[in-house]
Amino acid sequence: MVVKTIPEFPVKKGEPAYKVWIFEPGWKGEIPLNFNLRQVAEQKRSPLLPGHRLCAGCAAPIVVKLASFAFRGPTIVVNATGCLEVATTIFPYTSWAVPWIHNAFENAASTASGVESAVKAMKKTGRLPYEHVDVVVFAGDGGTFDIGFQALSGMAERGHDVLYILYDNEAYMNTGIQRSGGTPKYAATTTSPAGEVIPGKPESKKPIADIMVAHRIPYVATATPAHWMDFMKKVRKGIEVNGPAFIHSLSSCDRGWRHDNAISIEVLRRAVDTCYFPLWEWTPDTGYMLTDRSLVIARNPSLKQPIEKFVEVQGRFRHLMKPENKEKLKELQEYVDKVWEDLLKRASNAPK
Amino acid sequence: MSKLVVKYPVHTQEILNVNGDEAVAYAVKQSLVDVVSAYPITPQTIIVEKFSEFVADGLVHTEFIPVESEHSAMSACVGAAAAGARAFTATSSQGLALMVEIVYIASALRLPIVMAVANRALSAPINIHNDHSDAYLMRDAGWVQLFTENVQETYDTTIQAFKIAEDERVLLPVAVNLDGFFLSHTLENIRVLPDNAVAEFLGGYRKVAKLRVDYFDEEVPHMLNPARPLTFGSLDLYDFYFEHKVQQVEAMKNVPGVVREVNEKWYELTGRRYGDGVIDAYGVEDADIVVVAMGSGAGTVRSVVKKYREKGEKVGLVRIRMFRPFPFDEVRSLLKDVKAVAVMDKGIGPGSFGALYQDVVSSLYDLGSHPLTVDYVYGLGGRDLTPDLVVKMIEQVKEDVKTGQVKEKIRYLGVRG
Repeated sequence: MVVKTIPEFPVKKGEPAYKVWIFEPGWKGEIPLNFNLRQVAEQKRSPLLPGHRLCAGCAAPIVVKLASFAFRGPTIVVNATGCLEVATTIFPYTSWAVPWIHNAFENAASTASGVESAVKAMKKTGRLPYEHVDVVVFAGDGGTFDIGFQALSGMAERGHDVLYILYDNEAYMNTGIQRSGGTPKYAATTTSPAGEVIPGKPESKKPIADIMVAHRIPYVATATPAHWMDFMKKVRKGIEVNGPAFIHSLSSCDRGWRHDNAISIEVLRRAVDTCYFPLWEWTPDTGYMLTDRSLVIARNPSLKQPIEKFVEVQGRFRHLMKPENKEKLKELQEYVDKVWEDLLKRASNAPK
Repeated sequence: MSKLVVKYPVHTQEILNVNGDEAVAYAVKQSLVDVVSAYPITPQTIIVEKFSEFVADGLVHTEFIPVESEHSAMSACVGAAAAGARAFTATSSQGLALMVEIVYIASALRLPIVMAVANRALSAPINIHNDHSDAYLMRDAGWVQLFTENVQETYDTTIQAFKIAEDERVLLPVAVNLDGFFLSHTLENIRVLPDNAVAEFLGGYRKVAKLRVDYFDEEVPHMLNPARPLTFGSLDLYDFYFEHKVQQVEAMKNVPGVVREVNEKWYELTGRRYGDGVIDAYGVEDADIVVVAMGSGAGTVRSVVKKYREKGEKVGLVRIRMFRPFPFDEVRSLLKDVKAVAVMDKGIGPGSFGALYQDVVSSLYDLGSHPLTVDYVYGLGGRDLTPDLVVKMIEQVKEDVKTGQVKEKIRYLGVRG
């Protein structure tokens, strides 16, 4: 049974888990942010309803769920073409309990620009029955690093009040694990296989979050669903700022990364522990600030794990564990170290 | 015949000296458009420039999105229209080619977006001048495509386009085609309605149509609405895609009736109408030879046809105002008794015939005996259509009628070599 009301606090006992989020015209207020894990589990309702067809072990629905726990009120979701889109909206079904639009692959940011502008025009003419309607984009790495980058950069430059959440599973997983601008060096994909001569993708990952920082938009952050509290805080900040915000969330894909689907969150934890994927946020006022586990590692460098800890559990890097590829692994470690040291220099809260 | 009382007689309408692009911008200004999203491209640019002035001067409530590409222009229109806004964009040629992916999505999501297309030749070779190859590119995109003949009609049609698109029987996007430079950059004195008359004609701001979905007990607005959430643009596989595409065809069937209705309503308001809205015919009742054309070239053809008529020769003109949906039945009934039809295509389909010719011939096929038909490709890349060329064409067709056959089915009007 589907219940059609806004998520209440606290959720009444015995109510079904399925809820269509209804904000009746004139709705005022703000959905509170809650970090008490038990209360979150008991009281928060995700607008991504059960029954979607994302793979077991996929981190994308966890990204959406955690982000939605930080929504503050009426929200319109824009989705780029990708796993999340195809697996949650197979007609005549939909898993989305909030207004949701998918337009095409490369234009989530420009579609969101249109939605946001429509909201503004209606507010201006007294036709918006709410104080604010937030616009949140979910897009994968293909739709962000590659084909959708122009639209994203344009949206950022024009200053639309949109939160853009990138769930980065580091390849075109929806079409069958092809390499993207988000695929890390030496990862094997179906278009960058680990061959006799070329050991996986020869190029490094595009520093997309730094590129968004270069746009000097009000808020940029990195996050993972493994660091859930950090994630929710960042999403709320991204929604609250006036202007574009960008959150780069790493999102493990057990099919593409070739790991056991029970360890999706563990892999993401290791990505942060090895400093392969540091957690930080950036605003024009504060500059780079390390957050959560990455701040802990900066303060206590002995906690930093070697890159093997991230690589060893993933089949896409299997070839790097072979003795003949020792140098390649070393090279990867050096690359990660350089990026991390560079970040330590820039982060204003890193111990100097 | 009872005499119609026009609500705003011509002498009460303000005269503006504007080119076609400015006329579009002025019509959009009056149409209470919520979101305009556009990218500059010649010869459409003046629309965007002029409209930006209206925004900068605070004359409109419109959110203007100066996007970074035409692809994003149409994408933002889709987002805005899905969120319940009245949305407009304008483009030409390469811009249309770049956005065409989303042009198909706009119609399939049933979003009543209006787009002005200042028609320009497609590259390569790069060219900025007029032909209809860009409009032909989107002919199967599921949009209503209207072609205008002069600047006055461009103003009138732009306002009408919102009315047609948002009609609950239609809910399809509408493209208003104006010939690049010939209309977009040519000054003309036009008559315009007062702002409040346009607002009244359109019924104020956009009213979003309602529809039924299985998880709500009531009809809900077809928009991204936090009060009644809907999913737009879901994955639609072999079990439903086909039905949804056929529904688009069904909506198209309602378009001619609505276009005619809007044409008549506009007549009652302004004293201006364009044939029946779908086809603007001249001298076809007893004609032996009929020329079929679209856009500004039809004006040149009409002036030549008039001279033939003055000489007592039975020549006529069918100007297709609504190219999509194509008025097959009307064309068939207008041309059923003529001896020869010259179809003028301002676009080329290498390896086939021009798009307009194919549609006209399809209209005629079911007749017991067909008129002779010839496809005249003309005006590519902005090549001028002179009255002499039209005379040459009609004289050639007269020869065809005499011999009773057409040797070359495609002829090129005004090309060297």
